[in-house]
Amino acid sequence: MTQIQIFEKAGAFAENKDIAKDLRVREIIPELERSEEVILDFDRVDTVTQSFIHALISDVLRKFGSDALDRIAFKSCNDNIRTIIRIVTDYMQDGE
Amino acid sequence: MKVHLPNSAYLGNLDPFLQGFDPSNRDSLEITANEKWISVHPVVLSMITSLGLNLSPDQIHCQKLEAGSKHYLVRMGLFKLLNIPSNIEIVEHESAGRFIPLTQIQTSDELTRFITEMIPLLHLQAEQAKTIGYIVSELVRNVLEHALAKNGAVLCAQYYKKSNSIRIGIADTGVGIKSTISQSHPVETDLEAIHLALWPGITGTTRREGGTAQNAGAGLFFIKSIASVNRDFFVLYSGNGFYKLLKKTQTQRMRLHADPFKDRHTALEHLPYWQGTIVGVDITLDQTKEFSLLLEAIRKTYGTAVRERRKARYKKPKFI
Repeated sequence: MTQIQIFEKAGAFAENKDIAKDLRVREIIPELERSEEVILDFDRVDTVTQSFIHALISDVLRKFGSDALDRIAFKSCNDNIRTIIRIVTDYMQDGE
Repeated sequence: MKVHLPNSAYLGNLDPFLQGFDPSNRDSLEITANEKWISVHPVVLSMITSLGLNLSPDQIHCQKLEAGSKHYLVRMGLFKLLNIPSNIEIVEHESAGRFIPLTQIQTSDELTRFITEMIPLLHLQAEQAKTIGYIVSELVRNVLEHALAKNGAVLCAQYYKKSNSIRIGIADTGVGIKSTISQSHPVETDLEAIHLALWPGITGTTRREGGTAQNAGAGLFFIKSIASVNRDFFVLYSGNGFYKLLKKTQTQRMRLHADPFKDRHTALEHLPYWQGTIVGVDITLDQTKEFSLLLEAIRKTYGTAVRERRKARYKKPKFI
């Protein structure tokens, strides 16, 4: 199991999609490909943009399907972050 | 090109200013102004700066300004960014809490740095800072990713004490919304492209629901929704097309629409051609809805829109 500290990479206002892409390509996808579980830890992250979360997880959901959500956990999310994650996971699954 | 800075040009009365813009002769920029007073929305300054950045200073001609408020243009950094003389003496005030001067952003890292520095500068409450930071991030990233603009994005913002509002203007001279959207969706006019770009889940990068790995087609819908929930103006102008979300009164029922044309709006399609895109947003701080409520409203509208679009693509059974 891998735990990724979003704050350390993207700061308190996580909006840089290049960083999100980097995390997705270098860390999240390789872990899931090894059938490992991933924890995305949003501790100390205050705000995220929808674009950031989309760049972080949309392609993961597309590659691995909704089952990816069984192996990814979102930790220490405030209400805003939770809602944005729900928006992205909803439209990725609705659109399938 | 010719631009005239009028006595007043805010999002509510921006249309006449845009009608007066002359985009012909792209090798020079002539700036004239009202002689008594100039009071303009930040989007106007961002537009002029965007145009000027495509030219060398000797191709820009600015009339000697006489208006009592001419110092404002200097403080906002118009002449500095265009590298032309202003011949106006001013005493510099600290900008904190009042405005974000004209700023050019060309890379993703520049944007991240700018947002980090901008939020404390505005001296906002935490909830309000989130909203403003969100808007700037999404809009500038749109420019960096889609506009293919040589000079990136130009933006500035101003706090208005009387209305307790922040007004933001972002401009680019890139390929424009029609060029981007038409990569994946057939559109004939700039206004049609603007209409599609404001729908949740529609992006120029793909026709596929859910977008690409990097783009969902949600950014402009989010920004329009923020303005709508807060009952503020939102303007999008690209090519000949223009869309303005009109202010709602407190008595009007609050409802987010996936279709931007179902909101109370003005749409024009024969304005002088703007090569690129401009966005103007007003955020009235004392009516800024809590960000979490706003996001929840967006979530519901977004989900409904995606499901309806999906349903519209269902194949119908053939009964014979």
